[in-house]
Amino acid sequence: MTSKSVMADNVLPPLLELHGVTKTYGMGDARMHALAGINLKLNPGEFVAVMGPSGSGKSTCMNILGCLDAPSSGEYLFQGVNVGGLTRNQRALLRRHYLGFVFQGFNLLNRTTALENVELPLIYRGLDTASRHRLAKAALDAVGLSSRETHTPGELSGGQQQRVAIARAIVTEPSLLLADEPTGNLDSKRSIEIMELLTSINRDQGITVVMVTHETEMADYANRIITFKDGLIESDQKHGN
Amino acid sequence: MLGNALLLAFRELRRNVMRSLLTMLGIIIGVAAVIVVVTLGSGATRQVGQQVASLGSNLLMISVGKRMGPGQTSGAEAFKIADAEALARDVDGLAAIAPVASGSTTAIYANENWSTNVSGSTEDFFTVSNQPVAEGRMFTTNEARRGASVCVIGPTVATKLFGLQNPLNKRIRLQKLSCEVIGLLKAKGQSTMGTDQDDLVVIPLRTYQRRIAGNQDVNLIKVSMQDNVNTDQVKQAIEGIMRTRRHLANTEENNFNVMDMKEIAAMLSSTTQTMTGMLSAVGAVSLLVGGIGIMNIMLVSVTERTREIGIRLAIGALENEVLLQFLVEAVVLSSFGGFIGIVLALGTALALSGVLQVPFVFQGGIVIIAFLFSASVGVIFGYFPARKAARLDPIEALRHE
Ligand SMILES: Nc1ncnc2c1ncn2[C@@H]1O[C@H](COP(=O)(O)OP(=O)(O)OP(=O)(O)O)[C@@H](O)[C@H]1O
Ligand SMILES: [Mg+2]
Repeated sequence: MTSKSVMADNVLPPLLELHGVTKTYGMGDARMHALAGINLKLNPGEFVAVMGPSGSGKSTCMNILGCLDAPSSGEYLFQGVNVGGLTRNQRALLRRHYLGFVFQGFNLLNRTTALENVELPLIYRGLDTASRHRLAKAALDAVGLSSRETHTPGELSGGQQQRVAIARAIVTEPSLLLADEPTGNLDSKRSIEIMELLTSINRDQGITVVMVTHETEMADYANRIITFKDGLIESDQKHGN
Repeated sequence: MLGNALLLAFRELRRNVMRSLLTMLGIIIGVAAVIVVVTLGSGATRQVGQQVASLGSNLLMISVGKRMGPGQTSGAEAFKIADAEALARDVDGLAAIAPVASGSTTAIYANENWSTNVSGSTEDFFTVSNQPVAEGRMFTTNEARRGASVCVIGPTVATKLFGLQNPLNKRIRLQKLSCEVIGLLKAKGQSTMGTDQDDLVVIPLRTYQRRIAGNQDVNLIKVSMQDNVNTDQVKQAIEGIMRTRRHLANTEENNFNVMDMKEIAAMLSSTTQTMTGMLSAVGAVSLLVGGIGIMNIMLVSVTERTREIGIRLAIGALENEVLLQFLVEAVVLSSFGGFIGIVLALGTALALSGVLQVPFVFQGGIVIIAFLFSASVGVIFGYFPARKAARLDPIEALRHE
């Protein structure tokens, strides 16, 4: 089994690696480490659940993985490329082509319909109108919102907004889907649907999924569980289904 | 990339109708205010210019009394026809000379009556006043000499007395005098001083003296000079002759006044130009205020939109793509607002010029300046704050409240 995993590691290069990544906020006395030195290796196709108490640095780590934020120190390699050495535009293109992000606070465009929100990443990818519509509708359908295409975030419940955010993140079929508490606002029935959706895109499309969650039932869907505490990884376990 | 920017920009504009309208309002007001003011101002200047030209070339007015307006006397002895004849004979460089006796009289036709100015003068009156007869004819030398009962009326009098009827060959009554309308003066409009130059009746001088005034007085002598003569020399010559004829001793002041209309008109026109200058300054201030309004709305909206910028960056928009979208939005708003402002301003100026009776003078320069100014304010203040936001890390922009 050990030899098999070594084999696998050799065959597939890691999707991403973090080496001694820290993130500090504030100066002087107010200085605090949101991340105190993270080492992490993710392989393609993994479904990772990130757990840990509030304030332990989960979102901070997700933002760094999503190239939305830069680490204070340490190295982030995405598919062997040092992200720290990329220009702003190169990082934007990395987000555009490889990453999907579901924010803890949804971050949908206000006064913009669900369909247009989901279409947005496709516009930046340069797709034509017809394909944009087709893919966006399919993504909304996948999260069970086909009847809400023309609703704006203001006209949607928290759970529905969260599902629009998920649709926007998966519509581009990214290599890595980062989801910060994607079921945080959903009832257990919806949560299970979303988890099944994430499981299926992970399994069928080979999209690597990293998901922050507080609920062990949701973490059960993952095949690896990483637990954060005080800006450090406390435990990192394979999880059999 | 431009296609995407256009798509995104128009989506944002449509989504935020209120914000778009407010931004445009600033531009519209700024552009419209300055264009209206400058257009009307130059209309007024043009009007004064036209009136100066319509005064005829080199008009002198010789009136009785000291330094007073035409028609006013200060007890000094009136002129006689002989004075005008002497001037015509002895002063070089005169083109026409018209002795005038005038007064206010009620003109009556059928049931209509109208209080107007009746001037008794010679045929030269029409030349000197630069107000020819438009229909019919002016009186002949013969009619003038024998004091015939004929009159030429101004368009205002014609309208008041005759309405839409043709006044020619009808008889109107001026006090005891019943006279035949033989001519209709060409419309001249308001004078520089604001009086209606079409509100008058002209009859032969002798007719006026005998039948209306009952004396031999002439209150005013209007003189037009030939081109290229020296106004001051002519003025001096006239003053010399008149002093002799009025037996003034060397120590006595003139008891008459020779006025150069051109001078007065030039003074008025420079006053109008000063006014236009001041109004333009007011317009410039309103343009500036409009500009500040645009600036504010743009700044506020970009602050408001920093989170939006963050979202766009987070899902993979390049800094330049975000900027291009904001630039397109600003350009569309500014130019559309500018366009509405121009249309509104020209409409308003056109309507106001009708009400204020000044000619409508299209000033292309100010239209372009106003448009470019507000458009650049809109673009600059839409672009630079957006650039600041687009340079943030996505996470900072997203955290922005
Ligand atoms: N912009 C910031 N400025 C200062 N401190 C910050 C900032 N962002 C995060 N922090 C701090 O970093 C620490 C980690 O925050 P983070 O958001 O990663 O926690 P989390 O594990 O996601 O918590 P939760 O489960 O509540 O979402 C917290 O103590 C937080 O206060
Ligand atoms: Mg968090």
